[in-house]
Amino acid sequence: MGMIDASVLERVLASALRTGGDFAEVFAEDRRSSSALLDDGRVEELTSGRDRGAGIRVVVGDTTGFAHTADLSEAGLLAAAEAAAAAARGGGGGVRTVALGPVIAPGRGFDIEIAPIEVPKARKVALLTQADETARSVAGAISQVSVNYSDSLRRILVANSDGLLAEDETVRTFFAVSCVATGDTGLQTGRETVGHTIGFELFDRYDIDDLARRAADRALTKLAARPAPSGQMPVVIGSGGGGVLFHEACGHGLEADLVSKGASVFAGRVGQQVASRGVTVVDDGTMAREWGNIAIDDEGHPAQRNVLIEDGILTDYMWDQLRARSEGRPSSGNGRRQSYQHLPMVRMTNTYLLAGTEEPEDIIASTERGVYVKHLGGGQVNTATGDFVFGMTEAYLIENGEVTEPLREGNLIGNGPEVLQRIDALGNDFAMGPPGTCGKDGQGVPVGDGVPTLRVTSLTIGGTAA
Amino acid sequence: MTADPHEPPDDLCAELLGIARGVVARATGGEAIEAFVSRGEYTAVRVHGGEVESFTSASSAGVGVRVVRDHRQGFAWAGSLDPEVVADALAEARDNATFAEPDQWVGLAEPDGVAPVPFDAFDESIRSITGERRIELALELERMVRAADRRISGVRSASFSDSIGRFAVSSTTGVAGSGRGAWCSMGVLALATDGDETYTGAGSTVGFAPADLDPTDAAEDAVRRATRLFGARPARSRRLAVLLEPRQAAIIMGILGSSLSGERVLKGRSPFADRVGEPIAAAALTLVDDPTDHRSFAADTFDGEGLACRRNPLVVDGVLQGFLYDSATGRRAGRASTGSAVRSVSSTPSVGCQALAVHPGSGTFDDLLGTIDDGIYVQSMTGLHSGVNAVSGDISVGVEGLMIRDGRLAEPVREVTIASSLQRMLLDITAVGADVEWLPGGTGCPTLVIGDVALSGT
Repeated sequence: MGMIDASVLERVLASALRTGGDFAEVFAEDRRSSSALLDDGRVEELTSGRDRGAGIRVVVGDTTGFAHTADLSEAGLLAAAEAAAAAARGGGGGVRTVALGPVIAPGRGFDIEIAPIEVPKARKVALLTQADETARSVAGAISQVSVNYSDSLRRILVANSDGLLAEDETVRTFFAVSCVATGDTGLQTGRETVGHTIGFELFDRYDIDDLARRAADRALTKLAARPAPSGQMPVVIGSGGGGVLFHEACGHGLEADLVSKGASVFAGRVGQQVASRGVTVVDDGTMAREWGNIAIDDEGHPAQRNVLIEDGILTDYMWDQLRARSEGRPSSGNGRRQSYQHLPMVRMTNTYLLAGTEEPEDIIASTERGVYVKHLGGGQVNTATGDFVFGMTEAYLIENGEVTEPLREGNLIGNGPEVLQRIDALGNDFAMGPPGTCGKDGQGVPVGDGVPTLRVTSLTIGGTAA
Repeated sequence: MTADPHEPPDDLCAELLGIARGVVARATGGEAIEAFVSRGEYTAVRVHGGEVESFTSASSAGVGVRVVRDHRQGFAWAGSLDPEVVADALAEARDNATFAEPDQWVGLAEPDGVAPVPFDAFDESIRSITGERRIELALELERMVRAADRRISGVRSASFSDSIGRFAVSSTTGVAGSGRGAWCSMGVLALATDGDETYTGAGSTVGFAPADLDPTDAAEDAVRRATRLFGARPARSRRLAVLLEPRQAAIIMGILGSSLSGERVLKGRSPFADRVGEPIAAAALTLVDDPTDHRSFAADTFDGEGLACRRNPLVVDGVLQGFLYDSATGRRAGRASTGSAVRSVSSTPSVGCQALAVHPGSGTFDDLLGTIDDGIYVQSMTGLHSGVNAVSGDISVGVEGLMIRDGRLAEPVREVTIASSLQRMLLDITAVGADVEWLPGGTGCPTLVIGDVALSGT
């Protein structure tokens, strides 16, 4: 790929370690993005972005020095290396040489069929207009529509003082339709998003009209919605729509950096039963074409499929380079960062719950009274207590084993370790959900999630109805 | 402070303004161009367990170019001020403009004659702080937290960070503005453990200069929040009063502020669209957006389009006064810009609140507490992005805090939600405290009591 010559990298790494240090790394990134926005019936804006630079870290004992620069020349990189070394406050000295090995570029096992950069802007704009027209045609009550298209090409290079040299190139394409419906009860919103680590062939896999209609229907349905209940009830989560539940209920708590600081309720629980039998949770960066798919993580380690909970037993945490190094074990390929301007940390990729055997209809039919959450919004967790919330953007009451009235939006709240033990039904209908952005310590990275239809025997619904 | 706020406050700002003007000078006939240029330096120290965990030292720069031709707008940005990259951004913005649909209201800000209120949030002392001193401060913050209470089991991280930012904006309409600012802050997340229970408590302090910081207060706050939750459990579901300390009340005011954006209103995304002149809140509430108030950490001289920032009353004695506009939404609404364009290098200007402030009412925190028979004192809220819909107004958030009984703080509570709608909450405000606190995000807010919300628990 040739973002930076190997010989330059070797000199920069040697320079980074000149005042001592156990480890040095150069992470270079070149990111191009384009987006197009339609709002209020009009193509408002096309945006193009370009960001490239390198982040250099030097590790001395437990201390990491970090500097970044937008200047990828040898002089620019050497200046950043010096700043990182100074920040790490290494006390030693002496000449270190670094010899990089052959380039690791595992790729993804599939090709990008249509590079978005090759697609005429007019074609991207046409998608926006089509989605707008379709959404508005669903009903007169659809009073506002916005449509967003975006794509990105992210090239990364990682070189470190262990001799690792790795490269990757990721294409992401994303599309979103958001509708406002207006009725006697006020305004309601509905949103539908799709995104994959593929090119413009995204639109061969998804029907724009179908997405637009679903977004419109979601807003319209809520015009007739009643306030969500207040209090504890059984909750059935729909296939594909609810993976964020596991992302919050246990995903973050299984990140080794939080575990090692005593900030996770799952610390010290490997080998213990932490979830109902039958619950198997996996984090899998190799999952082809999914939003959290990576070929290598942002520390140069090949992506892996990591089983976190197997049949209810906690099997392992997720690891980045530094945490793994201090425990004398390999990284699990979960070291990720938002950009070259950020330090990597333990992050999820695609996190999902494996399917069970029950028919989804049977799970609903066997629920006397509860809430059916077809589509979840985001969530948030306090990993120390395990308490987490997640939003329901499309939900219904279950009465006498049948899905009945739509409910207004709200959060659900539960405690991760308790909720994992309260899963009493798993459907056979696994599906991945919409693309997500996971935020941690101010950094956002793309993640995926997935679940089959499942039931939690009791969760607290944060509504207003008695 | 500079005498004329239209002049760059220093040579580095002048250089950025020169770069912006250089882009604008390349406009051809019939083309309007605006360039927004920024440069920043950032240092962050994080410590953990008495050691430096990471020390980041970074600089960044970027340019955002807006081109308007035939009422079509195009935008491009780049994270570099390299002349070639800047030229590419201009070319991309021009190309992008050809694909937008024409809009008679779109366009750049025109100079409007409003005199800028000079504000230069740049204290030289922030430059002289050494790396060693930054580390000492962060370590001292961690030590204070660890020593405060035997139940403090650790600190997830303690940090000191400081940043210096400069920007300039110039356009073919004759707008030219530049500014600079410097801030420093410290933050700590304390972990408290007793038996098998662990709780977290956050504390922070922010200032324009290191001398403004109060790490002792940040440490005490973090420790108090982490240690008072032991034994917390869900409470019984019911309707009750909520006491929101300034930090939490500011979040609710921020949601209100976002729904008073002229863009939201014009596009049918605000529940308050047709309510100007009507009471939308209890008469005790007066809310302004005022970046010219120098007590705010978000105070500024110019907005993102280079117009002078100004004081905009939003709600006075409960009555909705109007909305915020940038130049394009102002034109569409038949009004002037309120100087409310907010932006970064990588985005076009949009309408936003800059420095919200609630006017002080009367009474201390304890006075307000004393008025509540059955309620909850909220110390943190979660799920704001998933449980708040600013279009419908529905609000449902997870909370931790203490129950209030007969005017006193009682047992701790967790794993519960509170829910209402923004529209109802504003009308249900029963008390506004006198204790306005200027918060890290720039909002000035006192304690608020909301008389009636739904608590979901057991």
